[in-house]
Amino acid sequence: MNDQTPPTREERVAGLKGLGTSRKRVEDARFTQGKGNYVDDVKLPGMLFGDFVRSPYAHARVAAIHTEEALKVPGVLAVLTAKDLEPLNLHWMPTLAGDKQMVLADGKVLFQGQEVAFVVATDRYAAADGIAAVEVDYQELPVLTNPFEALESDVVLREDLEGQTEGAHGTRKHHNHIFLWEEGDQEATEQAIGSAEVVAEEMVYYHRTHPCPLETCGCVASMDKVNGKLTLYGTFQAPHVVRTVASLLSGIEEHNIRVISPDIGGGFGNKVGVYPGYVCSIVASIVTGKPVKWIENRMDNLMATAFARDYWMKGKISATREGKITGLACHVVADHGAFDACADPTKFPAGFFHICTGSYDIPVAYVGVDGVYTNKAPGGVAYRCSFRVTEAAYFIERMIEVLAIELGMDAAELRAKNFIKADQFPYTSALGWEYDSGDYHTAWNKALEAVDYPGLRREQAERVEAFKRGETRKLLGIGLTHFTEIVGAGPVKNCDILGMGMFDSCEIRIHPTGSAIARLGTISQGQGHATTFAQILASEIGIPADSITIEEGDTDTAPYGLGTYGSRSTPVAGAATAMAGRKIRAKAQMIAAYLLEVHDDDVEWDVDRFAVKGAPERFKTMAEIAYASYNQAIPGVEPGLEAVSYYDPPNMTYPFGAYICVMEIDVDTGVHEIRQFYALDDCGTRINPMVIEGQVHGGLTEALAIAMGQEIAYDEIGNHKTATFMDFFIPTAWETPNYTTDHTVTPSPHHPIGAKGVGESPNVGGVPAFSNAVHDAFRAFGLRQSHMPHDQWRIWKIAHDLGLHG
Amino acid sequence: MSKMHIQLTINGEAQEVLAEPRELLIHVLREKLGVTGPHIGCETSHCGACTVDLNGKSVKSCTVFAAQANGAEITTIEGLGNPDDLHVLQQSFREHHGLQCGFCTPGMITRAHRLLQENPNPTEAEVRFGMAGNLCRCTGYQNIVKSILAAAAEMNAAQEAAE
Amino acid sequence: MIPAAFDYHRPADIASAVALLQELGDDARPLAGGHSLIPMMKLRMASVEYLIDLQDIDELRGISVSDGIVSIGAMTTQHDLITDAALAEAAPIMREAALQIADPQVRYVGTLGGNVANGDPGNDMPGLMQCLDATFTLVGPGGSRDVAARDFYEAAYMTAREDDEILTRVTFAAPTGGYAYEKQKRKIGDYATAAAAIQMTRDDGLCSSAAIALTNLSDVPVFAKAAGAALVGTSCDASAVTAAISAALGEIDPTEDNRGPVEFKLHVAGIVILRAIERAWSRT
Repeated sequence: MNDQTPPTREERVAGLKGLGTSRKRVEDARFTQGKGNYVDDVKLPGMLFGDFVRSPYAHARVAAIHTEEALKVPGVLAVLTAKDLEPLNLHWMPTLAGDKQMVLADGKVLFQGQEVAFVVATDRYAAADGIAAVEVDYQELPVLTNPFEALESDVVLREDLEGQTEGAHGTRKHHNHIFLWEEGDQEATEQAIGSAEVVAEEMVYYHRTHPCPLETCGCVASMDKVNGKLTLYGTFQAPHVVRTVASLLSGIEEHNIRVISPDIGGGFGNKVGVYPGYVCSIVASIVTGKPVKWIENRMDNLMATAFARDYWMKGKISATREGKITGLACHVVADHGAFDACADPTKFPAGFFHICTGSYDIPVAYVGVDGVYTNKAPGGVAYRCSFRVTEAAYFIERMIEVLAIELGMDAAELRAKNFIKADQFPYTSALGWEYDSGDYHTAWNKALEAVDYPGLRREQAERVEAFKRGETRKLLGIGLTHFTEIVGAGPVKNCDILGMGMFDSCEIRIHPTGSAIARLGTISQGQGHATTFAQILASEIGIPADSITIEEGDTDTAPYGLGTYGSRSTPVAGAATAMAGRKIRAKAQMIAAYLLEVHDDDVEWDVDRFAVKGAPERFKTMAEIAYASYNQAIPGVEPGLEAVSYYDPPNMTYPFGAYICVMEIDVDTGVHEIRQFYALDDCGTRINPMVIEGQVHGGLTEALAIAMGQEIAYDEIGNHKTATFMDFFIPTAWETPNYTTDHTVTPSPHHPIGAKGVGESPNVGGVPAFSNAVHDAFRAFGLRQSHMPHDQWRIWKIAHDLGLHG
Repeated sequence: MSKMHIQLTINGEAQEVLAEPRELLIHVLREKLGVTGPHIGCETSHCGACTVDLNGKSVKSCTVFAAQANGAEITTIEGLGNPDDLHVLQQSFREHHGLQCGFCTPGMITRAHRLLQENPNPTEAEVRFGMAGNLCRCTGYQNIVKSILAAAAEMNAAQEAAE
Repeated sequence: MIPAAFDYHRPADIASAVALLQELGDDARPLAGGHSLIPMMKLRMASVEYLIDLQDIDELRGISVSDGIVSIGAMTTQHDLITDAALAEAAPIMREAALQIADPQVRYVGTLGGNVANGDPGNDMPGLMQCLDATFTLVGPGGSRDVAARDFYEAAYMTAREDDEILTRVTFAAPTGGYAYEKQKRKIGDYATAAAAIQMTRDDGLCSSAAIALTNLSDVPVFAKAAGAALVGTSCDASAVTAAISAALGEIDPTEDNRGPVEFKLHVAGIVILRAIERAWSRT
């Protein structure tokens, strides 16, 4: 032993694989060997399978449901309808947005694919045969798929709310109206815009789409009647919330409910809400006394659970002739579908849409959002998004482009002219947010330089001339975006879901031999928590990340937390992890001082040990301290080394980034090609650069899909037109470009380790970058605004309407 | 519609299973034989999460009846490597961060295995074209492509060393 | 997406397969690769009582090229079409087209026979077979008969094949000259927004023959005879190409779907034909 040279400080730091390390993921061993454990892999003795009869109509009265033939199908045990759920008061359920939603059709259906009856059978084949044998008498009703028409129509969608003029968020002004939510100073904004030198006005539509993780939603409910315990496995992004909701709905005491989120095959917001499938599975398990599994098929997923966006955003932005922005107004008509099931913090029916002043120092602004019922699926979830931030970022980044056109100014220059300056942080926006930190000019200049922006503009100008001379049929678009996110919901004082404050948690146990387990209230769906949270902890407590197990998703063992969505895991649970680690370290310091026979204040922390100040050769490593904590009587100190932290963040975090997309467009076919995509992200302190880069690649590809073709579309009678992967655009490796990633680092001043979160940034910034590239290609020919998705025919239509087809 | 005996060789092991003709291969593998590596993603043969190697071809097992596979040799992710002897692709996907949620990964790796069997030295474009039957929602493919190219290089180097 | 129950048969030869079809009537369906039929069964949009799997019938497989005649068994997969060296030599358009069908996994399983017999207007091979003036051999209880690809398609999913017949073989004369299969689609795995197959020859600087067929632009594949005729005798100059495109557009009747409205499809059809002619002519 004595012959060995002790590791250097650098070697000790490297050995931890802590913050800033591109540590390989611990999850991958099982995933690459086919040993993941997803909900459809859960198999319990005697397990039954339940599935839905769904409505083929978008709006119809349900006159009768005939289940007799279905009950004769071999293997079918039960068919549940609203009548069966009504005595339990479970035929409707509360939504996260203060509305209520039918669990099974109660007298009528309000969207195509709505759950009408739940067939319980021995396996999925028998269930499918049972579904085919259920006969439902429908009487079709007039269908409303356009939210503007819905606000004018005599047709009442929600008869259950008839006569109720007060909703969860104030007065309803029409029977198909849900709420009007406002923020900002309307009068001052109108005044600023009314007296401005230049005003740009535009309707910006962010179309309806869907998070569509590769694994659909599902659950297994298992009611153990002997012990009175309900175990619920499922694709839950917020397992503790599901437990509390299940308890409130069912009346089963919360300690008798155990919710387990196993491995989740992607979430992207799809798996935040509570769906009829969960409720029906629980009821079916209680009724049959057997475990019941429900797994959506892909069509169910795209038709019935969790759409996103569908915001019609009418904007006005004003500026001086020199391009200094003086005001911003926005009115949104938000199509929420048949029930208001948006997954937003309770007090924010339009989420954080009022981050829509973006990266710009805008003196005055106003936002009003009207929520509307239509005959479409409910949802409005945050698809790789922090509660309507994607809509907000798209809105402001389009308005900036439109204003640049109005001013005849370069859009990069206009942005730089209006950025919040580094010395203005913390910055309070006109709509009330306090931006924690930022350095937008540095990021922006780095991005412009990286792509040789002036060179690109020269090339573009030459291309336009060549096009006009008939030498090419391809145009070049340069899509710019500088986005500011708001993530990490959130401070309990204003953020809650169904009344539950949006803190998060971490509980750590250090084992006697110096390894550890940490449990969190979040749940990974691919983000790599088992890898990255261990890195945070390694840097805090000096135990190698490889010696730390991270566990999430079992409500019987994990501390209460609000789950993973809205890029909140790192800002909130990551902070809890660091804070719990610091509690461990504080106790370790006392133990170390005792062992070293010095005063507490005479030892100092050094990577993985406490050493006597001025005598670094006298130290105790964290492993030695852990052992002593369990095995040595230390006066005044409890045995063991554990800590728990519930972290209520003082503020949100505000990641930002600068993205530039260079796109070739064939005006004759509408086919595009991404020639270059540069993405600079500033997410504060970087925990694992490899994981960050992977998140950016993935988020950009989801953005590519959304901007360039992905949509949930309905025909005029409410038929869903995009319910399979033939029509719901998900790009393959062939249609997806390579991305160049880059970064700056502006730590969050209020987060314990300065981290801000990154998972959603590429989607928030990516969509406007792709869309702006399309618009920019046609700017020289007079295009101001064209709605997404920019699929081939819509791009072709732009060219056609501009007269580019001769 | 009586059940039939279906013989399959799965990952080198002979198996017999009783199934209705209509049962899809993916269900028989997952539900009856406990082979849960391949997953169900889209059910319309677009996503490739259910990809298995069937008689030397990459096949989407959600669109094959088990009856059609009667007599076939099938390799799934479980048969490509084991904890003590991982397949180069399994290592490479971890090394190059070629996966996130892991749901598409078994199908991806199983397909990549066959691609490299047929084209041991592919270009990036050939990898992208050859993997276009497998969708991923998490990675944006960039690191998947990187993982496969790196695995190809490693397999070729090992081959050369052996020769 | 679970199919309804059916009985499964796997005959070993054509005669047994035909006998089963005859015996079981129109509730029976032959199964080739299944990647069109099985999704329809899973959606319960196709009702099948008896499924006759043709995979064990060896005589339905294989590609032969002899004396300038290409003969391909119906159960030959797209993957086989792509990898067969003799076929690539004799009719390179087959490889060019097959590579644009679906994705790798589907091409391992999807067959030429299934693609042409199914009658789906989105399938690529029917148009290509019309371009090549291929002949389909159908075997039924009464024996064997040949039907020209150009006469085979009646309406979407309606063909000249009787319910108790099996399409066993596709035959065509190895083409000469230039070729192109030009397809616009939204992504890999998609059907064509518009696609054109073309074979043409050049003699002394002028086009001496041209066959053009179009995919997914009507409820059947369209052999655009007049379009080809418009090129013959010309140097494929701009006015001849314009005339050919205009003749072709006169014969199609696209419908609106998620790929776009009719006016877009007509425009793209014109572009696809233009590019197909240019590429084929450059290869003559």
